[in-house]
Amino acid sequence: MSLEEKKQQVVEDFSVYDEWLDKYEYLIELGKGLEAFPEEKKTEERLIKGCQSRVWLDSEERDGRLYFTADSDAIITKGVISLLISVYSGCTKQEIAADDFGFVAEIGLKDNLSPTRANGLVSMIERIKEMAG
Amino acid sequence: MLEQIRQQFPALSAQVYGKPLVYLDNAATAMRPQSVVETWTQSVLSGNANIHRAVHYLAGVATEAYEGARDCVQAFINAPSREEIVFTSGATAAVNLVASSFGEAFIHEGDEVVVSAAEHHSNIVPWQLLCERKKAVLKVMDIHDDGELAVEQLESLLSPRTKIVAISHISNVLGLVNPVKEIVRICHTKGVPVLVDGAQGIVHEPVDVQALDCDFYVFSGHKLYAATGTGVLYGKRKWLDAMPPYMGGGEMIKSVSFAKTTYAPLPEKFEAGTQNFNGAPTLVPAIRFVQEARANASVQKEQAAITEYIYTKLIEDERITLYGTPFAHKIPLFSFAVKNAHHEDLALILDKMGIALRSGQMCAEPLMDRLGVTGLLRASFGPYNTLAEAEYFIKSLDRAINMLM
Repeated sequence: MSLEEKKQQVVEDFSVYDEWLDKYEYLIELGKGLEAFPEEKKTEERLIKGCQSRVWLDSEERDGRLYFTADSDAIITKGVISLLISVYSGCTKQEIAADDFGFVAEIGLKDNLSPTRANGLVSMIERIKEMAG
Repeated sequence: MLEQIRQQFPALSAQVYGKPLVYLDNAATAMRPQSVVETWTQSVLSGNANIHRAVHYLAGVATEAYEGARDCVQAFINAPSREEIVFTSGATAAVNLVASSFGEAFIHEGDEVVVSAAEHHSNIVPWQLLCERKKAVLKVMDIHDDGELAVEQLESLLSPRTKIVAISHISNVLGLVNPVKEIVRICHTKGVPVLVDGAQGIVHEPVDVQALDCDFYVFSGHKLYAATGTGVLYGKRKWLDAMPPYMGGGEMIKSVSFAKTTYAPLPEKFEAGTQNFNGAPTLVPAIRFVQEARANASVQKEQAAITEYIYTKLIEDERITLYGTPFAHKIPLFSFAVKNAHHEDLALILDKMGIALRSGQMCAEPLMDRLGVTGLLRASFGPYNTLAEAEYFIKSLDRAINMLM
């Protein structure tokens, strides 16, 4: 699937849920299903510290494409991480650098994850962009 | 009875995500009663002029309202004189004023400042900045695991170099009333002055600065139902007179020339520039509300019922760890952790159920480290919260925890 198709898929999957609590249940399920992140990899350099939840992000480059693994101590954030990884892992650096990450706002998550300040999610998006830069 | 109180707060009838708002973040800021809104509006519409300067009618109205608020605060905390009441933009500004100005006059290299492990950043960082600047030492009084201050450590922490002790009246995380009177007594036997951070204390306890004998007492208006951008520094005259000015500018001067400038007497010496003359008068209806709520038997009964109910529910729940446990000193403020459930997840879910509460480090990172947590969830109740809301909170908390398991 292309990057656009992957994004569309996420938006569609998410649109099934009208109620916030249903969206959270979906994200919690996704979070629980996220590939395990080894404890040894939870280093300072991989940590993106927010005030509320902690996020660790790792990336590997293969043939000009970036592959991400990540973890968080908050499970709803883990669910969102899972969505981000399903979309951006395997993309080329150029594709990621050119992307506006708008779909996160489209599924209504950006503001509602933390309306007040940089949270683990926002910081993670920044870090992904940096890695692709 | 309680409904009458609630009706004074129009913001409480809001709906969030299609559900009634249950506002349990009063420790962060309080809601504002209609009387406060009216006082502010009246100031803006019929008393809007800069104070202390012009001789015209509006200036007189504005000045009277502002100085009337000062008298009201003086009476509220039983300060000996109005000159010892300095208006600031809040508790944080007040602590910074003392750290800077008292620090300038009295704290030198090798001197010591004592704070507790449970302080809010606003009662830590100003002292850290001072200690860095003056090469002074910051010492920390620990807490017991139950949240009580380790006051038995205090005497040994005090040395001939200790210049000030800064302590909160009530911790914004632990929700326990600290033995500030005793702390002041101990410090005074060693000739050490005490600053009490009353941001939470002023809301939940009757404060008599003469009975406490504290040297400084600070608080913010916005937690006390008044407008944001208002606050009070009470300081004993002997200290305020000996402290150099903090901010310079209009109002705090007696005469200005390029050769020499002299400064105004108290309290203007510490009120530089245009003050919050629309906001400060709101302290009057706010304080009146506090006094009415304290005298209202129904409100007090409900508050006691809420405190006991929430305390019991949290203590009894094996999944939950409550911090700040001695019930005798407990105010209706509860910070807790849930096993295997992150505070951010819980706060987000509870938010969608209409419940507003706080999660995270509560501006007390050293305390979080001391407690061994990355953050907590906090529910703090005000006089307009009901037992029904407390019950809804507990039910919703259970539902949220189950969603995460």
